[in-house]
Amino acid sequence: MADSDVRLMKGNEVIAHAAVRCGCDGYFGYPITPQSEVMETLMELRPWETTGMVVLQAESEVSSINMVYGGAATGKKIMTSSSSPGVSLMSEGLSYLAACELPCLVVNCQRGGPGLGTIQPSQGDYFQACKGGGHGDYHMIVLAPASVQEMYDFVSLAFDLAFKHRNPTMILADGAIGQMMEKVVLSEQQPRLTDEEIAERYGDWATCGKGKRKKYNICTSLFMNSEDLEEVNLRLQAKYRRIEAEEARWEAIMCDDADYVVVAYGSSARISSAVVELAREQGIKVGILRPITLYPFPVKPIADLAARGVKGFLVAELNAGQMVEDVRLAVDGKTPVEHYGRMGGMLFTPEELLQVLKDKLIK
Amino acid sequence: MKETIIIAGFGGQGVLSMGKILAYSGVMQDFEVTWMPSYGPEMRGGTANVTVIISDKRISSPIANEYDTAIVLNQQSLDKFESQVKAGGVLIYDTNGIINPPTRSDIEIYAVDAAAECARLGQAKLFNTMILGGYLKLKPIVSMENVMLGLKKSLPERAWYLLPQNKEAILRGGEIIRRVR
Repeated sequence: MADSDVRLMKGNEVIAHAAVRCGCDGYFGYPITPQSEVMETLMELRPWETTGMVVLQAESEVSSINMVYGGAATGKKIMTSSSSPGVSLMSEGLSYLAACELPCLVVNCQRGGPGLGTIQPSQGDYFQACKGGGHGDYHMIVLAPASVQEMYDFVSLAFDLAFKHRNPTMILADGAIGQMMEKVVLSEQQPRLTDEEIAERYGDWATCGKGKRKKYNICTSLFMNSEDLEEVNLRLQAKYRRIEAEEARWEAIMCDDADYVVVAYGSSARISSAVVELAREQGIKVGILRPITLYPFPVKPIADLAARGVKGFLVAELNAGQMVEDVRLAVDGKTPVEHYGRMGGMLFTPEELLQVLKDKLIK
Repeated sequence: MKETIIIAGFGGQGVLSMGKILAYSGVMQDFEVTWMPSYGPEMRGGTANVTVIISDKRISSPIANEYDTAIVLNQQSLDKFESQVKAGGVLIYDTNGIINPPTRSDIEIYAVDAAAECARLGQAKLFNTMILGGYLKLKPIVSMENVMLGLKKSLPERAWYLLPQNKEAILRGGEIIRRVR
């Protein structure tokens, strides 16, 4: 029999469990399908009675992201979650958080768009997550879980990265990963940091009280002097180059001898991994390159595969072609890069994808 | 071992719960499992279906084109999923409300008249576990002990007093399932 800490849970449910267990201080959110189970599970867990974590339903996503802004400024571990239209509402706040270099976690359980769209899964928010969304030159660190266990593990990882780089981090999931149930192993409960620990660790930037320091900390994104704002931007850009150099993560499945490589993330990577099995049964050597961080994008492994002489890449996404642009930049014209996508909440099947691969790349 | 199952019916029939009990039983038996619902605006009478995959290896895609077993609990689901059963696969249905029964000759077709049996017992809530019992009689991929653990894990503690009667229902389902063709 399996260990008792092994549970069967939805991706959305484990986000809530992971938040409590990694010592998160506060969750501010507003319900939206297909991620409402995050707050629902938090309300059921009642962590304010155990760890002291605050869980609050705001009056809108605009309000919840600004609560995150305020909480994060004090050096606390703060998060929110939403789905596509709700994340659009949060975009202004995300730009402010990035400008102030505040760590926080935002979970986007994507649904079909544009507009109100549908509640079915989609990956249409890749551009929004990786290339901005809000205004100005900023980046969030973006993690793409492909299983319920990764949904769990990435909450803690996201906070670690957020605090390491003082930067907002997003978990970019979708309705399929959020609604799917799988086996998950829950980790030990970690204590929340005390106010003293926060002051010691983050006292050089967090607005957690002046204490014995000489200067007050101020979190602001307003710089009326252009020289000052350019300096802020240069500092941010230097940080992004550091993140790009240090934090790219990916998984390569059967890529060593592959003639063709499917590049896919999240739920489409799960569906695509069945293509490897199907294709190899037919004698076609296919591998999968799965970006785990979408920003920073894993440029090097893709460039290496292109340089090694892979005959073609197929980028499979639940959108009209977004990540394919980053794959094309990485491949730099060395070999063909094709895209296949379904939209509006439709999923492709492994058989469908294999046929596309044959039609577009093998011919 | 890899078993891909679609369970489909009306919202309120316990389709998603049945899938969860089966998947949790698989977890208890140390298998890999996925439970992938077709989610939507939840309402009684709407359509509901869930794909459950139980395997002794890592599961790649949680969705499938064709199934080893289809458990269909209304006419719409029968019409939709009969053609998606693999050749040599199994289709299980409840004859209640079925006007056009399944016709394929290259699959095994079974009936569990659980709706009628539950009506006889005056226990409508046992419907889904009775159907599950029929399935497990045909494909005992998980032990009864682990099914009961899976059932317990699927239910909130306040409902644990219902475990004995659900066990009875599972066993009864195994008794009343019959080969149609």
